[in-house]
Amino acid sequence: MSMMPALTTLLAAADGPFIAGGTAPAWVGLMAGLPLLGAALCVVCACLNVKSKAPGYLTVGLLAGGFVTALAAFMGGSDSDSYGVATIFRWIHASIGAGSEASITANIGYYMDGLSMLWMLFVTGLATVIGLYSTEYVEHDKGLGYCRFFFAFNLFVFSMSSLVMADNLLLLFLGWEGVGLCSYLLIGYFYKKPEAVAAAKKAFIMNRIGDLGLLMAIGATFVVFGTIEFRPLFEFIRDGVDANGNAIAHTWVVVVIPLLFTAGAFGKSAQIFLYTWLPDAMEGPTPVSALIHAATMVTAGVYLVARMYPLYAADEAHIALSVIAWSGAITAFWAAAIAFAQYDIKRIMGYSTISQLGYMFAGLGVMTTTGAVFHVLTHAFFKATLFLCCGAVMHGFAGQLDMRKLSGVGSIAGFKITAIAMLIGCLNLAGLAGTAGYFSKDMILAEAFVTPGEVIFLPWAVGLLMLLTAFMTAYYTFRVFFRVFVGPVKYEAGDDHHGDAEEEHAAEDAHGHGHDDHGFHPHAPRFAMNAAIALLAIGSIAAIPLYFINAEDHGWAGSMVHESTAAFAAPEVHHDDHGEHGEPHAMLSADVVPVSLGAAPEGDGEAAHHGDNLGLGLDPHKAMYVVSGIIGVFGIGLAAFFHGPKGLGGLFIGNRTDTGSPRMDAVARYFGPLPRLAERKFMIDELYDTIIVKPLLVFSHIFHAFDKLVIDGLVDLFGSLPRWLGSLLRPSQDGMLHGYATGMVAGSAVLLLLVVLVALL
Amino acid sequence: MVDLLLAQSAFPEAMSQGVLAHYLFVSAAMFTLGLVGFLTRRNLIIMFLCTEMMFQAAGLALVAFSRYHLNYDGQTFVIFVLTVAAAEAALALALVVFLFRKRDSLSAEAWSELKG
Repeated sequence: MSMMPALTTLLAAADGPFIAGGTAPAWVGLMAGLPLLGAALCVVCACLNVKSKAPGYLTVGLLAGGFVTALAAFMGGSDSDSYGVATIFRWIHASIGAGSEASITANIGYYMDGLSMLWMLFVTGLATVIGLYSTEYVEHDKGLGYCRFFFAFNLFVFSMSSLVMADNLLLLFLGWEGVGLCSYLLIGYFYKKPEAVAAAKKAFIMNRIGDLGLLMAIGATFVVFGTIEFRPLFEFIRDGVDANGNAIAHTWVVVVIPLLFTAGAFGKSAQIFLYTWLPDAMEGPTPVSALIHAATMVTAGVYLVARMYPLYAADEAHIALSVIAWSGAITAFWAAAIAFAQYDIKRIMGYSTISQLGYMFAGLGVMTTTGAVFHVLTHAFFKATLFLCCGAVMHGFAGQLDMRKLSGVGSIAGFKITAIAMLIGCLNLAGLAGTAGYFSKDMILAEAFVTPGEVIFLPWAVGLLMLLTAFMTAYYTFRVFFRVFVGPVKYEAGDDHHGDAEEEHAAEDAHGHGHDDHGFHPHAPRFAMNAAIALLAIGSIAAIPLYFINAEDHGWAGSMVHESTAAFAAPEVHHDDHGEHGEPHAMLSADVVPVSLGAAPEGDGEAAHHGDNLGLGLDPHKAMYVVSGIIGVFGIGLAAFFHGPKGLGGLFIGNRTDTGSPRMDAVARYFGPLPRLAERKFMIDELYDTIIVKPLLVFSHIFHAFDKLVIDGLVDLFGSLPRWLGSLLRPSQDGMLHGYATGMVAGSAVLLLLVVLVALL
Repeated sequence: MVDLLLAQSAFPEAMSQGVLAHYLFVSAAMFTLGLVGFLTRRNLIIMFLCTEMMFQAAGLALVAFSRYHLNYDGQTFVIFVLTVAAAEAALALALVVFLFRKRDSLSAEAWSELKG
């Protein structure tokens, strides 16, 4: 069972990346194939003009099939030998240049190892559950819109599977673009709403910026290593050589290529500079936000970095990793700061996603791929839960998402499950001691404090920034919970129903409620939505034991990561076991601290890594349990004090009686313009608009004028010249036979005359 | 008689330059008459006959040169020209009849739609 790898495997893993050597069964392709079939069937449904929920149920069934396949692959992959490549068919095999040895191979093949397995498990599982939720959520749009939604939904799962399971960078890139396309299609699902269309375009265009980096990285990889297939590629990297046998350490290869990959990852995962598309993407239907913009697609960047980790670790200066660590931490802090002052609960969740993605990247940066991956996993569950709960509120209150207009939702009949699930999700996000989110966050935090400064630029500062962010996260998360879900029951209905004004009337007639507040009563989630919310909430709790399976290997996620390429620099084996593995501290006292983490074939780097940097006389992980546990509780308490209602709902320290928040309003005045600035997202969108969009617009107007005048003018000139000449010559064709005859005779006479003259002269 | 014919065919006499000039003069005169007729008349049939005249003028010049050079290619060519002229005459006269039916006129000026 891959969950219980032998210790020897672990030690071996620390030496280098685990490269799956076997052959995976071809049926793993079903994980991608079934959603593709689903997409095709949705097109058929659209052609047949199906007006029922059939496309939705079809989708859920097929996605469940995908999940079962993933489970079967996981159970079947009982020993690491069966991890490997499943080639479905040969796709591209081309020689480069005439008679040269170089060739490029890219197959439709699936690379199964711990990392892709883990990702596929939660992608297919969450897609199934969220698909179930969607069957009810978009029910007002039955017919073509319904088919369109589930078509894109299926296509997304297909693309995501291709991305995650690809055995070469080209297929990965196709999946990468595919998820981007589906994200665009689904954000713009309410295409009659201008904001949704603008958000879709923004997401697509900002992703292009990152994609350029990824494309360049793939090109550079091919140029350097002569292959884009994972297995040979990672063998080269493990041996530290390029295609010509030259060492890659200390060359541009291990700096530039990782940085380019990082650019791609930052675009997809909405990190520093490129994050602004993600909050806007919340214009899409909530299940889409949950699946694509919280749980799966946005973690593709984390996946990419984890997948290419050997290349990052091959750089002894760890420049790219420092960049990732700092970018992640800054993004985490920045997004949390914006989430502080937002009022749209879905946007808050959007910013918290950015923030949590920042944690994951920081985790990758401070060399705990396990922590990052485990945080991806737990975050996928609890953030999907949170989004689905927000969606239930939005669905129930005719699109109302403003926390100033909602209070006590949990006390309304039918919203009990939503409120409980929301609490679970919030506790996870806030990192209350004992929750899955707490464990996964701690792994990253603790690692930041134990990673030596020679490896990453000021890792402890990264850690401190993340600790501060953890506190802020706990506060803004519970700000939502205390204001919306507890307290006196007061609400205003939103002014639209899922943003689709025309469909709305039909839906509202059917449910028998209207726009007006006096006639409005909330429309509680029914079976499908409740079931999905409950399943995800249970999933967020069920993720806790995963931490304790294989505790010496940092949990189940750790054992999965150890059987993947991300294992390269995952030296967790030595962590909590000072006695067992000789003397890890001895290395610290040595004059020369080895910094060649992971990349060092002797594996001596790990030891340098585990000092008692916190100075608390505790193991860093244990110390971090205490510190971040206290911070989490403090953040929650602060939120309760400022936003909690009177009584139990506000933990007996709140005093809110209305939907307003007098205590916070009183305090906010002391911060000057800061809260208002945060509410306006620190004007970053405006800044980008001023420094990038506006100049581009000016330039494009200039170029447009140039194009119109010069380029078009030139083309038009050549077009009009024959016409102009023609109009000059046209009168000669007068239709009179004798005119032509005379002309011909005259012409012949002139020719004859010339001949005669030439002959005479 | 037979001997005479054989002698003539076996040893044709070359035409003198003076005689050739006569032929060519007649040919040129016919051509010019045809050309002038073509340019001045409006009646389609007359115009057509003028073209025939130019045609035959060219044929006459060919035959004369053929005899002058004692090369029979020219005469062979004239036979073809005559054949083509006959076929062309049949076609052209049919066209003229058709055009007349359309306009009730034989004037070439009745047809001038095709202009720029």
